[in-house]
Amino acid sequence: MPLNRVVVTGMGAVSPLGRGTGALFKGLSGGKSGIRFQPETAAVRGLRSHVAGRVMDVDPKEVPRKYRRSMSAGSLFAAVAAQEALVQGNLPEDLRTREDFGVAIGSTVGSVGTLEGFFREYFSGFCLERMRSTLFFKIMNHSPAANVTQILGIRGRTLAPAAACSTGCQTVGIGFETIASGKQRFMLCGGTDEFHPLFTATFDIMNAASTRYNEHPHRTPRPFDRDRDGVVCAEGCGILLLESLESALERGAPILAEVAGFATLSDPSHIANPDAASILSCMQACLENADLKPKAIDYINAHATATTEGDAAECEAIRKLFGGATAVSSLKGHLGHTMAASGTLELMACIFMMQQNRMLPTLNLDHVDPACEGIRHVRRVEEKSLQWILKNNFALGGVNSSVLLRRFNRDG
Amino acid sequence: MTDKEIIEKINTALAEEFELDEASMLPEAHLFDDLELDSLDLVDMVIVLEQTFGFKIREEEEIRSIRTLGDIHAFVIRKRHQRLQSS
Repeated sequence: MPLNRVVVTGMGAVSPLGRGTGALFKGLSGGKSGIRFQPETAAVRGLRSHVAGRVMDVDPKEVPRKYRRSMSAGSLFAAVAAQEALVQGNLPEDLRTREDFGVAIGSTVGSVGTLEGFFREYFSGFCLERMRSTLFFKIMNHSPAANVTQILGIRGRTLAPAAACSTGCQTVGIGFETIASGKQRFMLCGGTDEFHPLFTATFDIMNAASTRYNEHPHRTPRPFDRDRDGVVCAEGCGILLLESLESALERGAPILAEVAGFATLSDPSHIANPDAASILSCMQACLENADLKPKAIDYINAHATATTEGDAAECEAIRKLFGGATAVSSLKGHLGHTMAASGTLELMACIFMMQQNRMLPTLNLDHVDPACEGIRHVRRVEEKSLQWILKNNFALGGVNSSVLLRRFNRDG
Repeated sequence: MTDKEIIEKINTALAEEFELDEASMLPEAHLFDDLELDSLDLVDMVIVLEQTFGFKIREEEEIRSIRTLGDIHAFVIRKRHQRLQSS
């Protein structure tokens, strides 16, 4: 059990459903899809998936040049989302700039687009004469974390976990453990990723990207559905402001939810294939972290990216650990797979559901695949008081993560 | 190219690269104090000038003593004249 209780006091989002948590929650509640036809991928020879979820409303010019010169799009998204989280958390500058305020912000790859630009120059004449001094700052693995600390004047820890699609939940878990152990009082936590055809190609080459819905982008991805055909890559950023309960109470901060547990475990059985037993172990470890039994969970927000094997393995693990009564949905149908951002954008949606006493369904789940039966799918908006929510996040490389959220109750 | 044209070309290139307000680009403007550039910007300034004028100046010792926009103007004009004389 943690030494300090940890709560969420602010949230910020940039997603294919728009800028800000308001746009995110409105889009999710309205059953909107952020997936569009993507000319950039359609132009790539051999790439079969031509759909993606893009961020349309962040103007780089809103960040002063002094900071922008070292930022790629992923860092810009993180800066915008972090500022929203701080405003929502009603956090004064003097607290933000103390040494007990840190960040844990990660991305899948620093910036593929910036690397592409570099190598375009590098291979045309094998020349570096046009390379700018700030290029490296855009492609460092910890670029978004470092840029957020610069723009916000943060002096505490800069952590940048990178575990592809598991990054988001890992940042929250690391922030949770850092605050729980008393090492920091505040942590800005989140994943961020900017789109590049490389991401889509990565899944397409493994026959795990959606290719059959290029003419109907809103109908894909289709988590758990019998007609699902794979991942739709997307971009965005979700940042949560985590804080010790003591701190939040002391300054009268808005307490949105409590982070009550975290687990991240490795699956060494295969670099790419999901494994139900490993997923089950991770969820179980997360529950044990909070000394909780499976039946206490009201709702599971699945990772479910709409791959044939991944969705089935997650369903099998949920079925074995929770039985068929616990409500489950995935938000990838709305957002696509926002990669490193998926964990935190979807955790925010869980907090929204908790606040609204309402579970959001899996978009595009028209016919449950036989391999995904035996769990209780949320098929339409359902009213329900949600006390405990489990959020899953899995990544290529065999990295599984789960975060446990609890409705805040001062008495514990 | 006249000295005036060289100065205009320098100012246009630097204004674009560093998003400077052209009204602030006076010869006496200090690069750090007035134009709010820093050491990274000075590295990029050399790259921009090399691209704009097609010469190599990175190894020039004189660059280290540049403080103002006027110093840049004078340096580039001198380099251009040296090139013309040697060609």
